Amino acid sequence: MGRLFAIEIIYRGIFQKTLATRLSRSIVLAAHEEGKLGISFGRYGDSPERNGIPAKNFAIVATDEQTLQEGMAKYEPKEVDITIAVDDTLCKGVESWAWYGLQPVNRLLKPGGTLIVTSREGPDAIIAMSHRKEAPYNLAILKGTVSFSGLWVYKDDHTDVRILGAIAKILPDLFTLQSVQKVIADQWHDPVKAESAARAYERISSITVRTDQGNPETPYKFDLPKWHEMGEGIAIPSIPAGTEVEDPVSHAEGGFRPDRNPTFKKFSTRTMRPVVNFDTCIKCTLCWLHCPDSCFDVTPEGLYDANMEACCGCGVCEAVCPVKECVTMVNETEFGDNASQWEAWRHDKPAYEAWLAEKIKSRPERSHGFRYRGQYEEQVPEALEIARKA
Amino acid sequence: MATLAAVEEQRKTEETALITGSEAIAVACKLADVDVITAYPIRPYDTVMQYVCRLVANGEMDCEYIVAEGEHSQFEIVKHACACGARVFCGSSGVGWMYAMEALTVTPALRIPMVVMVGNRALDDPGAFGVEHNDALAVRDLGWQLVWVDNAQEALDTALIAYRVAEDRRIFLPCAISCDGAFLTHSQALVKIPSQEKVNEFLPRYNRADLLLHPDNPITVAPQGNEDWVMEIRRQNYAAMERTYGVIKEAYADFERIFGRSYGNPFFEEYMTDDADIVLMGMGTLSISVKVAIRQMRKEGKRVGFVRMRWFRPFAAEELAKSLQRFEAVGVVDRDYSFGSPYLGGVLAGEVRHALYPGAGKKPPVLGFICGLGGREVTVPDVQRMADSVYRAAEGKAQPLTQWIGLRE
Repeated sequence: MGRLFAIEIIYRGIFQKTLATRLSRSIVLAAHEEGKLGISFGRYGDSPERNGIPAKNFAIVATDEQTLQEGMAKYEPKEVDITIAVDDTLCKGVESWAWYGLQPVNRLLKPGGTLIVTSREGPDAIIAMSHRKEAPYNLAILKGTVSFSGLWVYKDDHTDVRILGAIAKILPDLFTLQSVQKVIADQWHDPVKAESAARAYERISSITVRTDQGNPETPYKFDLPKWHEMGEGIAIPSIPAGTEVEDPVSHAEGGFRPDRNPTFKKFSTRTMRPVVNFDTCIKCTLCWLHCPDSCFDVTPEGLYDANMEACCGCGVCEAVCPVKECVTMVNETEFGDNASQWEAWRHDKPAYEAWLAEKIKSRPERSHGFRYRGQYEEQVPEALEIARKA
Repeated sequence: MATLAAVEEQRKTEETALITGSEAIAVACKLADVDVITAYPIRPYDTVMQYVCRLVANGEMDCEYIVAEGEHSQFEIVKHACACGARVFCGSSGVGWMYAMEALTVTPALRIPMVVMVGNRALDDPGAFGVEHNDALAVRDLGWQLVWVDNAQEALDTALIAYRVAEDRRIFLPCAISCDGAFLTHSQALVKIPSQEKVNEFLPRYNRADLLLHPDNPITVAPQGNEDWVMEIRRQNYAAMERTYGVIKEAYADFERIFGRSYGNPFFEEYMTDDADIVLMGMGTLSISVKVAIRQMRKEGKRVGFVRMRWFRPFAAEELAKSLQRFEAVGVVDRDYSFGSPYLGGVLAGEVRHALYPGAGKKPPVLGFICGLGGREVTVPDVQRMADSVYRAAEGKAQPLTQWIGLRE
C-alpha cells in the first residue's frame, strides 16, 4: 500500500466557496507535479451553497491508483493530515448543512496533524475557541484578515497561495514549495503570488496543542431515529406559537418570544453578531420587522433583543436601524457565549454600557458583505499589506 | 523504437485536466462539436450545463445554447433540433427528468439519437440531492439506451462512444449516460483529454439521412396511428435495440484502436472474477467501495469478485448469464428500489434473476441488497456484510432475497 494524504478545508458557504475550491484543486495539482494522483471534492455544501453555513472541501492524494481508491472508498476521510479553517470563527465548532450536531474543528485531524487557521488572533484565542481533542495536534496561524468574497466576485488577497506555501512547509512529503510555485505560474501567471507563497512558507510556524487545552464543553450531538420510530408520510412536527418574555429583575411578563427550532441552533453559522444599545433604541420595530430569521425577542417594555440561538449574523438589522450605533455588527471572535444582551442590560446597565462600548471599539471590521462597488479594490491592498508584515 | 515514439506521441497529444464527471462530459460535447444544447437548472446535473455555457461564452464551442422554461420544453427543443439534423446534448436529474417524461417517451419512438447526461438524484420527496438510480431507470422500457459510468475518464469516453452508437443509422436510439450525483458530478479527478484529431477520426458527422426534417425531404413525422400500426412500429424499435449490441461492440473496438484505451467487455466490467467463489454486482461509483472491500477480503482468503454493469439497456443477458454461472452465488447491490416488485427487490436484482432464468446452465442463488439510497454512502463494511450474506447463500443457508443495508433499524 502506498502513501495516502487527506486535507480538509472548512469554509463558510458562498463567501469562501471559490477560496476553498482553489485550495483543494491546487493541492491536487501541486501533488500531481510530483507524480501523485488525487481528487478534489466538496461535502456538506450545496449546489449552490448557503451564506455562511460551514461546508468542507477535501483533497485526497495518493502515490498510486489503488491507494487513491482506498482513500475514495470512504467519501469523507476518517482522518486528515491537515485541517484548514479559512475563517477563525469556525474554530468554535462546525454544524454544516446536512450534518447533525456540533463538530469540533479538529475532529478529523490525525493525532499530530496540523490545524491551519487564517486569523488576526493569537494562539491563545484560537485554542480557547476550539474544543479539546483526545490527542495532541499542532496549530499554525496564518496571520491576516479572514478572506470573505461574494458569490460572483473573488477577493484575490493571496490567502489561497499563502496557505499553499504553508502546507509545503508543514507537509513537505505532499508537495514542495517549488511545485506550489509551478501550479501558481500555470494557473495564475503571477510572480507576486509566487512570492506570497514563498513568504508564507518561510514564516509559518506551529505550536503543539495539548489534550488539556481548549474548550472543555462536550459538543452536542443527536441520535437519528430508526425507520420505524419516524412518523409516516414524510410529515414532521412544526414549531408552535411562541410565549411571553419574563423580565429577569422585575419578573414582569409581556412581549413575545417566538418558539424556535429545538434542535438546530444558528450560532455556528455566525461570523459577526449585532450588539444592541437599549438606551438609544427608539422602538421603531424595523430590526424586528426586517430580520429574515425572526431573531428578535420582543421584551415586556417593547425593546428588541437579538436572540443568539437564532441569529446567523446577516447584518440586515444594522443596515435598517435608523439610530447611529444602536445596532452594531461585531466580529464573532469577540464573544464566548450566546447569552441575552437585554438580560445583561437589565441586571447591570453601567456594566453593559461599558461592555457594549468596548465591543464596538475592538472589532469594527465586518466579516462579509460586498456592499459597494470598489470595496474589494480597497480591501485587497490592505490585506496584502497585513500579509506582507505577518 | 517506432512503438516508443508512437506512445510518446499519443501521450503528447493528450492533456490531463482535473475535472468532474460533469465537466468531462461537457468537454466531450465540445470535442463532438455538438450543435444544440438546452439547459434547465436542477442539481446535481446542472454543473454540466455550467461548464458547457462557459465553453460557449469563451468561444471554445460553437453551439446554440438555450435555457428552457422547464425540463419538458428542454427535452422537446433538442428532440426537434435533432430531427432537423443537429447533434444535440441535454440532461437532467431526479424529478427534473420526470418533468420531461412526455418528451422522453416520444424521443425513442421517433428514433431521435440524442445523447443526454442524467446526474442521478433521488426522486422527490423528500427532495434529497444524493444519488439514487430510479430517475434514469424510469425510462428503461421505452427504447432509451442506458449506461452507467463510475469515473470521470469513463464519462468522457462513454459520451463520445454514445454519439457514435446512437447516431448510427442502424440504431437511431437516444442514450442516457448516468453519473452518480455528487460522487461523480461534483468530484474532480485527473482525466486525459483526447485530441480533436482522434475524436474526428472516431466520430463521423451526424447524418439524419432519410429521416431528416427538411423541405427537400417531404416526410411527416409522428402522425397519429391506432391498432393497425402500433405493433409494427414498436417491432422496429425492438429490432434497433437488437442491433445495438453489435454496434456497441464495434464502437468500443474502434475506440481502443484510435485512443489506445481498452474497456474490455463493453457491457460490464469484471473485477477479480477469474477465480472468484462469489460475486457482487452493481452500477456506478459504489464500485470503488466494492473494489476496496474485495481487496481487503481477498487478504482474508475470501475470493470475491465484482461485476459492474455499464450498459443497462441494451442488457447483455446471455453474456451476463454465461459469466455468472461460474459462481456459487451472486449478490446484486441496487442503489434503487422497486416497491411491490417480485420479492420486493431492486431493479437490477430483478433483471439479473431474469437474465439467469431461461439459460440452460447453472443458476446460482441471487440475493438482492438495497443500499446507498439518497446519497448515503455504500461503505466498505457494508460491502463486507453483503459478501458474508452471499457466502452463506453459497453454502446453502437460507438468506432473505432482499435485504436493506446501512439502514437505521
